[in-house]
Amino acid sequence: MSQTDNQTPRVEIAGENALILYFGEKTDPAVSAKVQQAVDALETALADVLIDMVPSYASLLVIFNPLACDHLEVRRRIRTALSDQAAGEASEGRLVSLPAYYSTESGPDLEDLATRANLSVEEVIKIHSEMEYRVYAIGFAPGFAYLGEVDERIAAPRLSTPRQKVPRGAVAIADRQTAVYPAVSPGGWNLIGLCPTRMFNPEATPSMPVQVGDRIRFEPIERDEFLSLGGELS
Amino acid sequence: MSGFKVLQPGLLTLIQDAGRIGQHRIGLTTGGPLDSNAFAWANRLLGNDANATALEISIGGLVMEAQCDTYIVLTGAAMPLKINGTEQEGWCAHKVQAGDRIDVGFSSAGARAYLAISGGFTVAKSFTSTATVTREGIGGLSGEKLQQGDILPAEPATDQQVYRLPEAFRPDYTAAVSLRVITGYQQDAFSDVQKRLFFSSEYKVTDRADRMGYRLEGPQITPSIDGILSEGICHGAIQVPADGQPIVLLNDRQTIGGYPKIGSMIAMDTARLTQLLPGSAVSFEEISIDAAHNLRCLEQARFARTEPEAL
Repeated sequence: MSQTDNQTPRVEIAGENALILYFGEKTDPAVSAKVQQAVDALETALADVLIDMVPSYASLLVIFNPLACDHLEVRRRIRTALSDQAAGEASEGRLVSLPAYYSTESGPDLEDLATRANLSVEEVIKIHSEMEYRVYAIGFAPGFAYLGEVDERIAAPRLSTPRQKVPRGAVAIADRQTAVYPAVSPGGWNLIGLCPTRMFNPEATPSMPVQVGDRIRFEPIERDEFLSLGGELS
Repeated sequence: MSGFKVLQPGLLTLIQDAGRIGQHRIGLTTGGPLDSNAFAWANRLLGNDANATALEISIGGLVMEAQCDTYIVLTGAAMPLKINGTEQEGWCAHKVQAGDRIDVGFSSAGARAYLAISGGFTVAKSFTSTATVTREGIGGLSGEKLQQGDILPAEPATDQQVYRLPEAFRPDYTAAVSLRVITGYQQDAFSDVQKRLFFSSEYKVTDRADRMGYRLEGPQITPSIDGILSEGICHGAIQVPADGQPIVLLNDRQTIGGYPKIGSMIAMDTARLTQLLPGSAVSFEEISIDAAHNLRCLEQARFARTEPEAL
């Protein structure tokens, strides 16, 4: 047991109305859980001065209204809120299942990835769908959730030339992260399948099926099921 | 539906309110006016709510037809304003009637102007705001910049008190610009020599300058690290990628990223920066967060006590 017992993060200045809290240095579910606990605690403790928060892998950006509160007081309130917090159990996060149609048809990089990993396509699918992932951060584009960590055997670097157009729903791997593209966009991740679930729908409430801190599992589905769930093949 | 019909959209005209807040956790950025000062004045000169929806016109070229009687004002960059062919003063409210043609020409100083109307354009909010972020396809009429033929909804307004801001109080967009920066974030990844180089050198605005970020060009700054674990990026953050050329991240920035950041520019000065065209020279000045808070409070007090002329 080391500093992971210590709830108090390192606090740095980010900008005129922003502080950034660092809870660790690397991708780690325990660190991520602390970020999530801090989000919950500060939402209440800073309610009257808070503009927005950006949780990420090991940090939390806190943006406040500088006309309502100066940075020294915000720091003090952060310390108090986080030290009052029971150093108890981190929330487990909700378990969300995302269907995935893995195939060479829906995942143009699946075969290359398998070859480079010295595995069969079936093994890659098995490894990717057996792991439980955590939502570490949301960003890059609305609804883009960074999931980690991918088994080292199927980790793959970004493509040297990004695609101009990655389809909506593409299930992708970059290094030890995986994600589902929420909308058509350029992208350099390795595409291994398609997910029929809309990751961002401005008309829906909530607009995203997942949030930071949730646990994700991919359920392999067949082509027919993918299409009946509303999936589209270009 | 009454409102304004877009006859020519101009180079880049966007529907904006003061910005989208509280939505970073689903990956939505802030949007909102690049020059928050000129935007605030546009609404104030019409007695509008500070968050009323207006137009941000970049460079110029907007032509509209009023379909209702109301008042309009144009603030910010020096874009010639004509109503039915007659030149009218900027930073001054004007009455318009249904059928009037409103021409906003190209800027002779500054890059962004704000056209507000009485009560604001009555655009539906998306995620708490009307701010258009084209990269996300969120806000405005359809998540896009204005298009020819768009109808911007508005309610008529008559016989209300409107104002003019005396020239002495208007910003000078041609003045030399020293941009104030609070060191923070990964400042420790920049040696004293690198920081001194950054704060003592002149940089130029490049043509890769948009609502996401302004890329600057000048002496190369080298951080001691290539990247960091992705983290939240605040407005004005200055990131330094591998080529050593700083990028000031603005209203439409990505909410998280992994480049090292030397610090963040204060909003009063990002407002000045975004009025500059490619090729303009800028320099940086380091200030403390306390000084930044003082400046912000002073600016707010100055805005509150500056009395526009009643018309």
